[in-house]
Amino acid sequence: MAKVMGKPVALNGDRAVAEAMRQMNPDVVAAYPITPQTEIVMRFSEFVANGEVDTEFIPVESEHAAMSACVGACAAGGRAQTATSGAGLAFMWEVLWVASGTRLPIVMHMVNRSFSAPLNILCDHSDSMGARDAGWVQLYDETVQEAYDNAIQSVRIAEHPDVMLPTLHALDGFILGHNLERLELLPDEAVKQFIGTYKPMYSLLDLDRPVTYGPMDYHDYFFEHKRQQVAAMERALEVVPLIGEEYGRLTGRYYGLMEGYRLEDAELATVVLGSTVGTTRVVVDELRDQGVKAGLLKIRCFRPFPAAMVAEALGDKKAIAVLDRSLSFGGQGNPLFFEVCTALFSHGFSPKVVNYVYGLGGRDTVPAQIRQVYHELIKIDREGVTGPTLRYLGVRE
Amino acid sequence: MAINLKEMSKEQDLIAPGHRLCAGCAETIVVRQVLHAVGSPVVVASPTGCLEVASTPYPYTSWRVPWIHNAFENVSSTLAGIETMYRSLVKQGKIEDKGIKFVAFAGDGATYDIGLQFLSGAIERGHKFLYVCLNNEGYMNTGIQRSSATPMGTWTTTSPVGAVIPGKRENRKDVTAIIAAHDIPYVAQAAPHAWRDLMTKAQKAIAADGPSFINVLIPCQRGWRFPPEETIVLSKLAADTCIWPLYEVVDGEWKLNYRPSPKKPIIDWLQSQGRFQHLLTPQNEHVVDALQQEVDRQWSRLLERCKAPS
Repeated sequence: MAKVMGKPVALNGDRAVAEAMRQMNPDVVAAYPITPQTEIVMRFSEFVANGEVDTEFIPVESEHAAMSACVGACAAGGRAQTATSGAGLAFMWEVLWVASGTRLPIVMHMVNRSFSAPLNILCDHSDSMGARDAGWVQLYDETVQEAYDNAIQSVRIAEHPDVMLPTLHALDGFILGHNLERLELLPDEAVKQFIGTYKPMYSLLDLDRPVTYGPMDYHDYFFEHKRQQVAAMERALEVVPLIGEEYGRLTGRYYGLMEGYRLEDAELATVVLGSTVGTTRVVVDELRDQGVKAGLLKIRCFRPFPAAMVAEALGDKKAIAVLDRSLSFGGQGNPLFFEVCTALFSHGFSPKVVNYVYGLGGRDTVPAQIRQVYHELIKIDREGVTGPTLRYLGVRE
Repeated sequence: MAINLKEMSKEQDLIAPGHRLCAGCAETIVVRQVLHAVGSPVVVASPTGCLEVASTPYPYTSWRVPWIHNAFENVSSTLAGIETMYRSLVKQGKIEDKGIKFVAFAGDGATYDIGLQFLSGAIERGHKFLYVCLNNEGYMNTGIQRSSATPMGTWTTTSPVGAVIPGKRENRKDVTAIIAAHDIPYVAQAAPHAWRDLMTKAQKAIAADGPSFINVLIPCQRGWRFPPEETIVLSKLAADTCIWPLYEVVDGEWKLNYRPSPKKPIIDWLQSQGRFQHLLTPQNEHVVDALQQEVDRQWSRLLERCKAPS
C-alpha cells in the first residue's frame, strides 16, 4: 500500500476516535455514555443520525449491556465496537473475559478514568490496568494522533487469524480525550482499504453450519482453551508490529510494541506509557542538553508485554524508574513496574529499579516532577543505593 | 398457522436428545414445543442456568441450531447484539435476508432478578426477539435458592423453614405484568400441559412486529419435591388453582386464555409438593390463608384487566 496524504486537522482525542470509527464503519456499535468518553458516543450518534455510516447503533442501558451486545454482535459474524471509561469498564468486567475467552475480535476505545471511591472522573490508569488480566490486547496512546492511529490498527490486530482476541486502545481521559491537538486523518477510502472486510470463522448467522458458542467447559477442556488464549497473546507480539509496519507504509507513522527515546546510550531511564510520555520526552531533551545521559522507554503495547525487548533495551542501564498511573494496593509495586522488573530479572539483568506512582485522579504531571525522577535516579546511581522502591510523585504526604 | 401435532411429529426436534436435564424436567418439553411452533431458521440464546449447562457440556451440544451462551444476566443484550448484527448485515447487503428468528430461553433467576435490567433495556429498544422465561420459581441450577419468582411460604435453601421463619416471607413479583407495562406487541403466560395454547402463543409471539415475551411455568421435580412423572399434572394444577393463570396481552389488550371450573383451592397445590409441606401444619395455617388471599387478589385483578366476568 503506497503512502497517502493525510489531512491535517485539529481535534480532541474523543473526536479523533469518533472520526476513526466513522471511517471504519463498524457493522454494530453498542455504547453507553460516561465521562470522559461521552463525546465519542455523542459524535458517533450524529454520524448514525446523518447516515454517514452503515452502522447499527445500540444505545444500550448500561456498559455491561454494551459489552454483552458486542459479544452477540461479533459472534453473529460482523464487526462490533464500543467505547467506555473507568466505572463503565468495571461494569463490563465479567463480559471482558467472555469476549476474550470466546475469541471475539471486538474493538474497544477506552478513555482512561480513575475508579471510585472517592468519585473522580479524571484520568488515571486504574481502569485499563485493572483489566490487564482480562485477555485483551492493550495499546496505550501517547497523543491524539496515536489515539486515531491505534483505533484503526486495533481492528487489524484483533481480527488477525493468528490473534483473534479483543483489542482495546487507551487514551488518557481529558488530557488526550478533551484536548485539541493537530493530527492527520487518512482519507476514508484508505482506512476502508487498510481494515479490509471481515470474514468470520464461525458466525451464528451461518445457518448451514450451526455453531454452539459459549458452552459449559469443564476441567477436561477448560485449561487447554486458556492455554490457547495464551498462545494467541504470544502471537500478538508478532502481529502488532507487523500491522504497525504496514500502517507506517501507508501513513509514514510506524508503530512497534515499544519505542526507545534517546535510550540507546542512556544510563538513566524511565519507563512510561500514555500521554505522560510526551512530558517525559521534553525533560529528557532538557537533561541531555545539560549532559545527563537520560533516556525514555515508551510502552505502546502493554498486553501482550514485550518482555524480551524491554529487557534488551533496559538491561544495561544504571538506574531505572518505572512510572505507574495506577495502584495495586498492598503489592510490591504497581502494574508496569511488575512487568519491567520481571522482564529484567527473567532475562538475567538486575539494574536498580524504582517505581513512581503519579497523576492519580487526574493530578497534573508536570515536567518538574519528571525532572525530580531523573534527579533521584542520578542520586541512586551516584550513591549506589536504591532506597525506597515505591515512591509517589506530586502527592501531599 | 394451525398447530398440527401429526405434521410436527414428522419434523426434527431442534434440540437433540442426550442432554443432561433431569428426568421429568419441563424445560426441554417447553423448548421443543416453542421451537416447533417458531420453526427454522432460528438462532437461540440462553443465559447461564440448567438448560445451558445440561445442553452444552463441551465438546457436546444438543443444539441443532446456532446457539449462544454469554453469561447469567445478559442474554437479552446478547440476543439484541445478534439481532442488530443481522439487521446491519442484511441492510448492507453483506448477507441475504433469510427471515431468521431469534429466541431466548432463560430461567426465572436470569429474568426476574439478575437480568431484569437487560431485558427491560432490550425490549424498550424494540429488538425483535422472543424471550421465553422458563420459570421454575427459583435458582434450581445452583441447588434450589429463592428468587423473586418464588411464591410466599416456599421452602428453598435460602428461604429455609426454621424455628421462627416458615419459608419465604415475600410475595413473588409479577414480571409478566412488568414486561406488559413496556407496551411491547405480545406478552403471555403459559404452561407445558396446555401445549396447544403454548405453541399458539409462541407462533403469535414470533409473528409480532417487535419484542415478545412468554413466561412459562416449569415444574421442577428436584426443587419442588414431587415425583418426576407428575410434571404435567402439576402444570395443570397450577392453572386450576390460579396460582399460574394462562393469559396473553396482545398490543396492550389483556385476554384470559383459561378459566378453571371449578377454581381449586390453593391447599391442593401446596399438598402436591414437598417444598410446601411445612405449611400443612396448624401453626402455619395463617400462611396458607395469606397465600390464598394473594392468589384470589391477583386472580381478581387479572379478570378485571381481561374484562372477564368475576
